Amino acid sequence: MRRYLGRKLLIYGLTFFVAVTVNWMIPRFMPGDPVSSMLSRANVAQPAAVEAMRAHYTAMFGFDLPLWRQYLNFWGALLQGDLGISIWLFPTPVSDVIVRAVPYTLGLLIPSILLSWFAGNRFGAFAARRKWLDNTVLPFGYVLTATPYMWLAILLAWALGIVAGVFPVAGAYGFDLRPSWSWTFIGSLAQHWFLPFASLFLVAFGGWAIGMRNMIIYELEADYVNYLRALGAPARLVRRYAFRNAILPQVTGLALQLGVLVAGALVTEIVFSYPGLGHLILQAIQNQDFFLLQGTFLFIVIGVLIANFVIDVAYVLVDPRTRTGMGGAA
Amino acid sequence: MRNEALHFALRNRKLVVGTVVILVFLVAGLVGPLMFDYGPNEYVGPPMAPPSGEFWLGTTTFGQDVFAQFLYGLRATFLVGALGGVLAAAVGMVVGFVAGYRGGWIDELLNMLTNIVLVLPALVVLLIVNAYLGVRSIGVQALFIGLTSWPWAARAIRAQTFSLRSREFVDLARLSGVRTPKIILREIAPNMSSYLFLTFILLFGSAILIAASLDFIGLGPTDSVSLGLMLNNAARWSALQLGLWWWFIPPGAGITAIVGALYVMNVGLDEVFNPKLREM
Repeated sequence: MRRYLGRKLLIYGLTFFVAVTVNWMIPRFMPGDPVSSMLSRANVAQPAAVEAMRAHYTAMFGFDLPLWRQYLNFWGALLQGDLGISIWLFPTPVSDVIVRAVPYTLGLLIPSILLSWFAGNRFGAFAARRKWLDNTVLPFGYVLTATPYMWLAILLAWALGIVAGVFPVAGAYGFDLRPSWSWTFIGSLAQHWFLPFASLFLVAFGGWAIGMRNMIIYELEADYVNYLRALGAPARLVRRYAFRNAILPQVTGLALQLGVLVAGALVTEIVFSYPGLGHLILQAIQNQDFFLLQGTFLFIVIGVLIANFVIDVAYVLVDPRTRTGMGGAA
Repeated sequence: MRNEALHFALRNRKLVVGTVVILVFLVAGLVGPLMFDYGPNEYVGPPMAPPSGEFWLGTTTFGQDVFAQFLYGLRATFLVGALGGVLAAAVGMVVGFVAGYRGGWIDELLNMLTNIVLVLPALVVLLIVNAYLGVRSIGVQALFIGLTSWPWAARAIRAQTFSLRSREFVDLARLSGVRTPKIILREIAPNMSSYLFLTFILLFGSAILIAASLDFIGLGPTDSVSLGLMLNNAARWSALQLGLWWWFIPPGAGITAIVGALYVMNVGLDEVFNPKLREM
């Protein structure tokens, strides 16, 4: 078990290293000069201001130093939590901007991922090999899992928000409120949270249900199932065994899907102008705020790596083979 | 054998329905734009007109024909899916075959690489790359998508190769002095061709979805129309608030139909190739 988790940690460490290096390399090795392209995009007219900005950016990137020195400085700044200054919200440090947005993204992502995973797996296992359910409901699952996240978000916002007027369609709380611990504020927060959550939940739910349904069908053909049936075991017991075996690939699948789920949350936030990381990314792109964009990238990578590790630990808990060193999948 | 597969293929409802949907959209994308004597972004009609006999899917806030945009957008969607899918499948196959067949330290190394790219969230990496490099064409977009979405395919192909490489016919080929690339191409790949095809279909679908997300965020190609860009424009020019449902429903429905049909086709094919899964 220790070997298994140790190996995983090594991979995650390397991934983080690669992510940071890519983050460092892209502005430096892309065609053209990042400083002058940033200046031209900033659209500043006064020559004095342009010169000041040029000096500022050059110092920020540290272009006058040798490459290896620039690279080490980059790491040094990163380890102190210094991700640069946001241009969009000048002069707020990028890390502050991100820390303010992260709770909203997590508040959407964690419930929608966990609930869709549990509900989807239950439902998929239930539908497998039950003819009418399989034939009527699962095509619907395929449609859901093929739906682009932002489109379902747009549809829900339009149907329930604008046409029916039941839910608000922008922001994380009413424009007339300030964050506080009052019931009105929490109520408003929940109201604004529901639609983005629902659209994330629905798309992911379809995927898990179909995955589980297919897994159960594989499992119900396995030798141990035939053996149990030959012994006359009740169908419920057989299904429970199949479920336990089929859930393992779904745990691995959760780790594989994380990137897609995060991407889904980002575009959903954009649809609802929900002030999480997706909203930051949009602002960063529209305002050419590259420090903010890069900082958000690193933050998301770190989050995904941590989530992966949590899933690995969970995998050890549900699959006894990894504990005894017998290998097992993953 | 061929006939048996064909027999089941034609009788598999999922496969037939999926293929028909894909073909309908493909033909619409190929032939449809020829119906118009104007481009997808030209201002041809009254602004914000609902669907009518003249403009089947209405017009945008600027008076662009939504139906024309949709048909042109289909081309972009299929193109990015095909190019991205082919590229991802190619990289995945090379990595998977080499890692699975060679084993040893090459396997370790490729496995490490695969795992690293696998954990990195593809869309977020693409955001950074596209924002800095400024992707302006569908080809470049597909290139980047292909280069980031191959890892799970490589992993699956590696596992399959691993189980095939110790079979007798592969040993025989090796003993007769056949060179490694030829063994992989002649002995191993044909034995998992159905599997490779299924992998490609899934990569095709995921490339379409990733491209749509990128377009929607505003990092799509600037020289063309795509279904994702239509969604982006609709959201940016507040089609929702103005109630222009004919602007944002068709592009999303198109993507959903194409990707959904690909998935359903995938399951159908799986049932055709794998007798155990056929409905009894």
